[in-house]
Amino acid sequence: MDKFRYLPDVTTLEYEEDLCVGCGSCEMVCPHGVFAMNGKKVLMVDKDGCMECGACALNCPTAAIRVTPGVGCAAYIISGWINGKENASCGGEGGCC
Amino acid sequence: MTACCPEEKDPITSSHCSCHETPSAGLKPDFPIFGHDAEPCCGVQAPEPGSPYEKPGYRLWGFVADFVQTPAGEVPRVHSRLDREDRIGTVLSRLGIGRDSYSIAPGLYGIGLPDSGSPVMVTANYKLTFDSLRGSLRGIDAWILVLDTRSINVWCAAGKGTFSTGEVAERVNAVALGKVVTHRRLILPQLAATGVSARQVKRQCGFEVVWGPVHARHIKAFMDGGMKATPAMRKVTFTLRERLELIPVELNHMGKPTLYLIPALFLLSGLGQGFFSVTAAVSRGLPAILAYLLAVVAGAVMGPILLPWLPGRAFALKGAGIGAAAGAVLSAIFAGQLARSEMAALTLFIMAISSYLAMNFTGSTPFTSPTGVEKEMRRAIPAQAVGALAAIILWVGAGFMK
Repeated sequence: MDKFRYLPDVTTLEYEEDLCVGCGSCEMVCPHGVFAMNGKKVLMVDKDGCMECGACALNCPTAAIRVTPGVGCAAYIISGWINGKENASCGGEGGCC
Repeated sequence: MTACCPEEKDPITSSHCSCHETPSAGLKPDFPIFGHDAEPCCGVQAPEPGSPYEKPGYRLWGFVADFVQTPAGEVPRVHSRLDREDRIGTVLSRLGIGRDSYSIAPGLYGIGLPDSGSPVMVTANYKLTFDSLRGSLRGIDAWILVLDTRSINVWCAAGKGTFSTGEVAERVNAVALGKVVTHRRLILPQLAATGVSARQVKRQCGFEVVWGPVHARHIKAFMDGGMKATPAMRKVTFTLRERLELIPVELNHMGKPTLYLIPALFLLSGLGQGFFSVTAAVSRGLPAILAYLLAVVAGAVMGPILLPWLPGRAFALKGAGIGAAAGAVLSAIFAGQLARSEMAALTLFIMAISSYLAMNFTGSTPFTSPTGVEKEMRRAIPAQAVGALAAIILWVGAGFMK
């Protein structure tokens, strides 16, 4: 995905290196190569490549990674603005997904 | 009588078609009193007898080859080849028709000749996903564990919480997978990681999760490599073809808004000095509607296609850019017939709509973060609203000048 870049400095991704035990799960599950093993710990090599899918945080055994995943579809976000985040929906019976 | 077998040159002596040997009477040609075996009319192939696996009240999917007995009960074995029904289903799904119920029953399936040592592939019950998986398993003996993801593909379901740790564990237990295989490994598509914690699955059902490649087409290479993935297998792509496949659904969502917008454009175009003129509504309404259609093509079709080459990181900006180009083209076409203010109005209108549609495409894009999209929307939507409003004022205003 080298030619696909989105807005910089927006991701909610946080990584605490002290808690990392080097299991490599995050590197394995990330669809955009944000993490890379560097010796015994992992490094964030492309933070702006993060799309907040949440796979890394969910699979980190020590909760060294935190991110706020969410739905990125415009209709959903607008519905969240209007109805409040808890009541946000894609709209329609089936909506878009 | 000749309507029955128009191709037959010598109907009386032909032995295929028994219909010509009966006088008109309206009797069916395969009526047994004529002493022939019951035959359908006229050289058409006899329909196949029903599958032996059919049960009253159930219809069998065409992808089921047969059923095999396992210690946990009967399991359907599926074909890896996709037939015409599958392809038609794929096309309709991509068009957004019936895709909310294009699913198969969750549970255990088999492909090839699986035994107690064969790998277990876990997938979603959206039929497009299932077809993609089994199509990639030609020549492989495996079990396929289908989860109930409510007719949604792996990644979206993982994000929504239906392809979850709990669902994996529950389904493993529900099908008594432990009785079917002696190993304790599940191969999950990598994108399921958004909703599944490998460690928690092991805790809840005793099976270890191995993360397979992102794309089903890499499964063979993944298996050949000893269940090891190359870095390329772990990345998501967004090729032109993948972007093209998403366009019909974007257009599908535009059906209802378009139905309201077109009459509205006619009405707005007819406003003028004599309050309302039907001639003006038509003569000015047509370029307005053309502008709208151009905006849709710009934002919902060209946006996705040209995505990596359009200026700006924000999709709303990319959409506005194409919209401006479309506006320029429209203005050139109608140069003699429209006033400058009208051309400006149409261009602003196209830019606003194209920008909004392109911005909407972020929801189908695998590299945009929700935080980023929300930031983009907070700036873009007011701009789009102002642009559209200015366009309406200019357009209606020009109607009063004429």
